[in-house]
This record gives sequence, structure tokens and C-alpha cells, in this order.
Amino acid sequence: MNEPAHVPALLPAVPEMVLALGAMALLMFGVYYRGDRLTWFTNAIAIALMLLAGVLVVIVPAGATFGGSFVVDSFARVMKILALIGSAAAIAMSPSYLAAEKQDKFEYAILILLSTLGMMLLASAADLIALYLGLELMSLSLYVLAAIQRDSVRSTEAGLKYFVLGALSSGMLLYGASLIYGFTGTVSFTGIAQAAGEGGVGLVFGLVFLYAGFCFKVSAVPFHMWTPDVYEGAPTPITAFFAAAPKVAAIAMFVRATVAAFPGMTTQWQQILVFVAIASMALGAFAAIGQRNIKRLMAYSSIGHMGFALIGLAAATEEGVRGVVVYMAIYLTMTLGTFACILAMRRDGAMVEEISDLAGLARTSPAMAFFLAMLLFSLAGVPPLAGFFAKFYVFMAAIKAGLYTLAVIGVLASVVGAYYYLMIIKIMYFDEPRPSFAPMPQELKGVLAVTGLFNILYCLYPAPLLDVASAAAKSLF
Amino acid sequence: MSWPILSVTTFLPLVGALFILAIQGEDEAAKRNARWVALWTTLVTFAVSLVLLWRFDAASPEFQLVEKRPWLGGAINYHMGIDGISLPFVILTTALMPLCIVASWQPIQIRVKEYMVAFLALETLMVGTFCALDLVLFYLFFEGGLIPMFLIIGVWGGPRRVYASFKFFLYTLLGSVLMLLAIMAMYWDAGTTDIPSLMRHAFPRGMQTWLWLAFLASFAVKLPMWPVHTWLPDAHVEAPTAGSVILAAILLKMGGYGFLRFSLPMFPAASYDLAPLIFALSIVAVVYTSLVALMQEDVKKLIAYSSVAHMGFVTMGIFAATAQGVAGGIFQMISHGIVSAALFLCVGVIYDRMHTREIAAYGGLVNRMPLYAAAFMVFTLANVGLPGTSGFVGEFLALIGTFRVNTWVATLATLGVILSAAYALWLYRRIIFGPIEKPSLARIKDLDQREIAVLAPLVALTILFGVYPKPVLDISAASVAALLENYERALGLAKAAALAAQ
Repeated sequence: MNEPAHVPALLPAVPEMVLALGAMALLMFGVYYRGDRLTWFTNAIAIALMLLAGVLVVIVPAGATFGGSFVVDSFARVMKILALIGSAAAIAMSPSYLAAEKQDKFEYAILILLSTLGMMLLASAADLIALYLGLELMSLSLYVLAAIQRDSVRSTEAGLKYFVLGALSSGMLLYGASLIYGFTGTVSFTGIAQAAGEGGVGLVFGLVFLYAGFCFKVSAVPFHMWTPDVYEGAPTPITAFFAAAPKVAAIAMFVRATVAAFPGMTTQWQQILVFVAIASMALGAFAAIGQRNIKRLMAYSSIGHMGFALIGLAAATEEGVRGVVVYMAIYLTMTLGTFACILAMRRDGAMVEEISDLAGLARTSPAMAFFLAMLLFSLAGVPPLAGFFAKFYVFMAAIKAGLYTLAVIGVLASVVGAYYYLMIIKIMYFDEPRPSFAPMPQELKGVLAVTGLFNILYCLYPAPLLDVASAAAKSLF
Repeated sequence: MSWPILSVTTFLPLVGALFILAIQGEDEAAKRNARWVALWTTLVTFAVSLVLLWRFDAASPEFQLVEKRPWLGGAINYHMGIDGISLPFVILTTALMPLCIVASWQPIQIRVKEYMVAFLALETLMVGTFCALDLVLFYLFFEGGLIPMFLIIGVWGGPRRVYASFKFFLYTLLGSVLMLLAIMAMYWDAGTTDIPSLMRHAFPRGMQTWLWLAFLASFAVKLPMWPVHTWLPDAHVEAPTAGSVILAAILLKMGGYGFLRFSLPMFPAASYDLAPLIFALSIVAVVYTSLVALMQEDVKKLIAYSSVAHMGFVTMGIFAATAQGVAGGIFQMISHGIVSAALFLCVGVIYDRMHTREIAAYGGLVNRMPLYAAAFMVFTLANVGLPGTSGFVGEFLALIGTFRVNTWVATLATLGVILSAAYALWLYRRIIFGPIEKPSLARIKDLDQREIAVLAPLVALTILFGVYPKPVLDISAASVAALLENYERALGLAKAAALAAQ
């Protein structure tokens, strides 16, 4: 290509530009529009923009641009599509909640759009600066979203807590990045990989600080403390959003930075990841048992699931990355479906969040109970549901890499984890019914049906997702 | 090879389940429809499985009626097929299901649709377990069965159903996840999870031991073997009658089937090395659980403990790895499938009338229920292993097979036969004989038409297989011979390799 050196090729970044321009235009529209149903319009346009971006992600050419800081490969494409699905579903699940809580602000969808833009940058970031830019764009929008219910103490507290701890972790990440830059003299992942070689003590320090920032974003132990409080405090549709798309993007950044920048230092980072994965799985499994609030429980559940996903990365192989991609795709559907049910827990005009409020759901609303039970079995990793295949591929990679201790502890943690998912099913199926919930809004029914059926029927035709994940993993190695 | 008959047999019940889901309403008519759809589905499935029997060539040890389609990509395929070891279990499953549906006709009055759907889903998963010829597919069916069984115990069970269902689920899951890791290790070593290929693959000897232990963790819980049997009495006591029947007759057999399908042919050296461990656990199971059974005051619990004891004979016979031992193990499983199912159905009959399972609450039933007493007697004697009943053939073969390998083990196991006579006959005496002293029993009614229809075929089979065991033994003979031939050959190679290394 005879591109002039000073004008980067913009084509690979078209989806991101569409989202950025769209978000800004939507903001103008929101400020100057004086008619009815403003939030309805912004929500609809935001979803349409995401669909458009999704289509563009598939058709734009692969390649690197902006001096190599921004790459489009199969891995980036898959992770972007997953993040877009998560964000679009989160917006789609919100309207009835926002209307009922009188919180329908038009900025809502725009903030999600901007944060999704950050996620897409993260999935494509191939140097530390692009990574940081994407991360901050995503995180700043998330802080505001957590606190979007300005009149609620819980929501503002969640937002503030998230912001303070998030800023701290960003600081650590930056410090790690500066150390790495100092020792290698470059910020680009390929440059670091060449300069780092086997690594030295200084680089390991940099890596550890970098990982601290990453672990915070994926809410892995020991940087998980914010998760339960933020999940509980944030408005429920926002929690649904937090649990899905940003996790995908954070894992994407984790995987790409690790695999692309430090291929020679596998022994060093493998130790860290093995510890982080074991600690996350164990904490996720044991701490969730005592929870009464279903949003807090989902927070611990997500901590555990990130531990499982990181098993794949710890394997440090192509199979491992494939496992991570499969895991995140299936995790996304399980989480969205479960939150569709949590959003439908509305009784006498108010949201209820206690697990015991689900008592006897199998008799008051059998369909919802059935799908939720299937999603919970899937989260627990029981075959033949999709969640089993998610775990299957990461454990498969761990066994191949010889990480037997990790694998054994992992499966044992999954048995402990199964206990609290079973508790919810027990409450829904074995206990005496409570008064029924308000009828489930159509959009939640839609999300629940799609994700539930996906999880039940995945075993019939698993090949496409596996092929996509294999291609994604191959593009990183 | 016109139509995929194994897949049809496996997934037909799910089609019935979909029909039941389509039934609207909660009234009497809806319940009746759900019951009839479930009954017809299971009957048709049984009929289809009889076609299997007809098409199956018992002279060949190969896997037959094989179906293979790409599934997970790579070397993991949707691969189904049966041989002489799996076919009897498939037939046992499909044959018992209609009886279970009929047995649940009156007792289950709440959430009938869900109940029938759970049972039909369970049937699919059970048949699939026995037909799967790919390890991952096998695991899928094997573990998937936990979900419907968990719900059956938890929703329709007795007062301590929550405890029992959790214990059942978590125990079994814990054992199985270790097997899952072993499956993955096998995949990376052999490059496939195809069962026939894995049978030809020689795993390194050190690795075999670990894989064998991981599989043992799963099957020992499922079978169950002492000391991981404690979930079984709880699950049996709390489950509804048909749930107990399926649990005892089919789910337990998956463990024994697993030993025959995986442990023995795939890890011959480890099976040989660790057979003493199995013998020791089997002896403890046979003697100890028989003694425990003597002390029970709950009918179902007593039968549950006797199941553990009978499964001890099965493991002993299988790991004796002689023609009689393995054939005896298989026969014992089939026979126990019929007899224990029948015993639980018998308990169900009196439980439906009196709503108690305490042995002390009964006595003198022969005066009011002569038919019931006769049927119960046949099954009790079969449980004891009286010659002329199916229970005798299995136990006798397993004991002969073991005797050839280890006299002491066989001798100690024979103690269990005596003890089983003690607890079974004592149970029978306390429930059936004597005068009727309890006023509540004075008006108890004998078997009705529905109950006769359920128990009569089981009585017939118990006696038929007792005097003419050939059909079952013939079906499995070729496969068992091939299994043992491969086992001996692999063992010989392993020993030669060990000698060469010295």
C-alpha cells in the first residue's frame, strides 16, 4: 500500500468512528430535542448504531493502523462483537426499569455507547497508550453510569467507590506501563516482546503492576473488593451491563497484552495467573454461599467465572485462548439471561433483590423459573448446557499445558460453586410460593428466551462458535 | 442402515416431553393427558428398543448400529453404537420406564406435567449414556441425568428432600468432575475421545493408574461403593417411588457399566494392579452394608443398603476379570435392576396406602393382601439369591469368577449371601406375617389392577431369568469374551514391557 506516511489508514477503524460520531451526534440530539419519548429515541438509535458497528466490524479489512497501535484481527473482531452484543442487550433490557424508577435520562444510552467505544478500542489496542486510552474511556463512562441514579444514596456510593478504587488501579496500571516502557524503550506490544526477551526483575515489577490494573478491571482476586458493592448499589440494568460487556473487553485486553507483549516471559506471568485464577475461583465459590442479595451473589459468581476464564490464559497456548473466547461468549449469554430475570423481580411496584423473593417461582411463573434454572445449571457448568462447554475448553487447555493442580482445584471450586446455584433453584422449585411478580416486560422476555434457548440448545450445534474462537486464537499466535 | 435407530430410541422421549409441555392448564384433564402422553411415549420407545434387539447380531463383539456425525469439531464426534454389554442396559431402561409412569399414576397429583417431562428427559439421558461411543458425549449424558433426578427428588420427594437432593447432586458431581479431567488427559494422550479407538490405545502405565483412579472417583460414587455410598440411602428414602426405582435400577448401573466400558478395557494394567483395592472395598460393602441393613427401621433404607451390598458383588465380579466374573457382574446388574425396582414398587404400594415407611407400622399384611404377599415374596427371595430366581444366577457367577482369582475374597463375599437372607427374610416376616394388630391396617386393600399390571411383568422376568438366564448371557457373551481377550493381551504386553525394563 502506498499510503502517505502522515495519514493513517482509517478503514480498519470505521466501526469505532461510527460509534464515536454517532454518540456525539446523539448527545446534540438529546440536548436540542424538545419532543416526547426522547429516551426511547436515544435508546433505539444507540442500539441501531451498535448493530451498524457490528456489521462494520465484520466487513472492515484486517490490518494495523495508526502506526501499529490499532490492530484488527479475528480476535479483535470476535471480542468486539461480543462487547457490542452485551451493550446492546443491556440497553434493550433497560427501558421498563428506567420508566418505572423515573430515571429515564437520555444520557444513559450515550454513556453506554461511549463506554462500548472504549471497549472496542481495548480489543484492538496493540500498544500501552492505546490500551490506556480505551480503558479510561470505558471506565469513566462506567463510573458515571454506576452513579446515574443521583438521588439514591446507594447508587452514588457505588459510583464513588468504583471511581476511587478504579482511579487507584489505573494509577497502578500506568505505573506498571511506565516501568515496562523504561525497561524496553517502547510501548508497542511487538516492540516490548522483542526487547523483553526472557525478562528481568524490573520488567517483572512492571508486569505485576500492569496485572494489578487488569485484575481490577476483570474483578479478579485480589482486586475484586469493589465488585459486590458496585453490583449491589448500581441500578440493576447497569449491573447487568457491568457484568457482561466490560468483562469481555477487559479479558480481551488482558489476553492480547499478555500474549502479544510478553511471550518470552511465560513462566513469570503464568505463576501470577495461576494464583489469580485459583484465588478467584475459590473466593467466588465460597463467598457466594452466604449471600442473600441476588445482585451481590452475581458479583461473586462473576468473580468466580473470571477465575475460570483466566485458566485458559494461564495455559499460555492457542487452545487456552480459544477456551477464553468460548468462555466469554457463553458467559455473556448466561449473565444477560440471568439479569433479565433479576430485572423482572418486581412486586407491588418496587424492585426486590433478595434471593428468597424467588420462592416458588416455578409455580407462579413456570416459564421464567425454567429458563432461570437452566441458566443457573449452565452457570454451574452442568452438561449438557452451554456453561459446561465453556469450562470444558479452558480445562482442556490447562490439562494440555500440564497445569494439573490448577485444573483439579478449578473443578473442585466448580462443585462448591454449584451449591449456591442449586440453592437458588431449590428456592424456586422446592419452596412454597410467594406472591407472584409483576408481568415480565416483553424486552426481558425476549432476552431471556434467546439466551435460555442458546444455553439449552448449544450442545446440538457447537461447531460455529468453536471455529470462530479457533480462528480468533490463531490470530494472536 | 436406513434410519438412525439409536438416536431415535434416545431422543424419542424428548419428543414426548415437548408434547407434554404443549399441554395447557392445570386441571384434571391436563394431568390425564400428560400421563397418557408419557405412557405412550415410553411404550413406543420400548417398542423401538425391541427393534434394536432384533437387529442386533449377538455373535459379533463389534459395536453395532453405529452412527457418527461431526459434533465438537476435531476428533470429538457424535458417535453412537451398542455392543453386547450396553444393549441389556438399554432394554432395561426402556422396559422399566412405562412401569414407572404407571406406578406414578395415582401417587403423583401435583405438578404432573413437570414430573412427566422430568422423567422423559431422564430417559433420554439414561439411554444416551449407554449408547454413547464418545467419551465427551458419554459425559454429557452421564452428568446431564443429575438435573432431572435432582428435581424429581427435590420437588416430589419426602420431608427431607432438600438435604437428599443436594447430597445426591453434589456427591455425584464431585466424583464426576475428576473423571472429566481424566477424559481431557486421555484426549491429549490419544488424540481422540472415540471409545473404540481408546480401547485400542495403550496408555502409559503410570498414567493409567491416575486415570483409573479418576474414573473410580466417579463410578464409585455412582455405583455406589463403600465408603462413598452414603448419599444413596438418603436419596432413596426421600425420592418418590418411581424416582427410587430409576435410581436403583438404572442410575446405579451406570457405574458398573462405566467400569466395564472404560476401566477394564482402557486401563488394563491399572485394573490388574488395583484389583485388590476393589476387592477390599467390595468385601466391606457386602458385609458391612448387609449388617447395616439388618438394623434399619425404614423399609426403603433397608432396600437401599441391600443395593449397596449387591453392587459389591458386581464390582468384585467385574474386577476378577474372568469370563464368569464379568458375565456374573452384568447379569447381577440386570437382575438387580429388575428386583430392586420391583422391591421399591412394592414399598410404594403400601406407602401409598399408609403413608409411612416404618417397618414397625406394618405386620400381618398376608391376611388382607395375599396377592401382594406373594409378589413381595418372589422379590424378597430373588434379593436373597435363591436358586430359581434371577438373583441367584448373577451372584453365583460372580462368586465363581472371583473364586478362580482369589479364594478368600469369594469366601468372605459368601458371608454376604447369608446376611442378605437374614435381613431380607426378617423384613418379610415383620411386614407380611403375623396377625394384623394395628387398627389402621384392618381395612387395607390388596393390589388393584394398575399395581398388578406393574408387578406382574417383573415377577415373570425374575423367575424367567432365574430358570433360563441364557438370553441375557448370550447377548453379552461375545462382547465379554472380546473384552477379556483384549484385557489379557494388554496385560501380557504390559508385563513383558516391565520385564524388559528390568
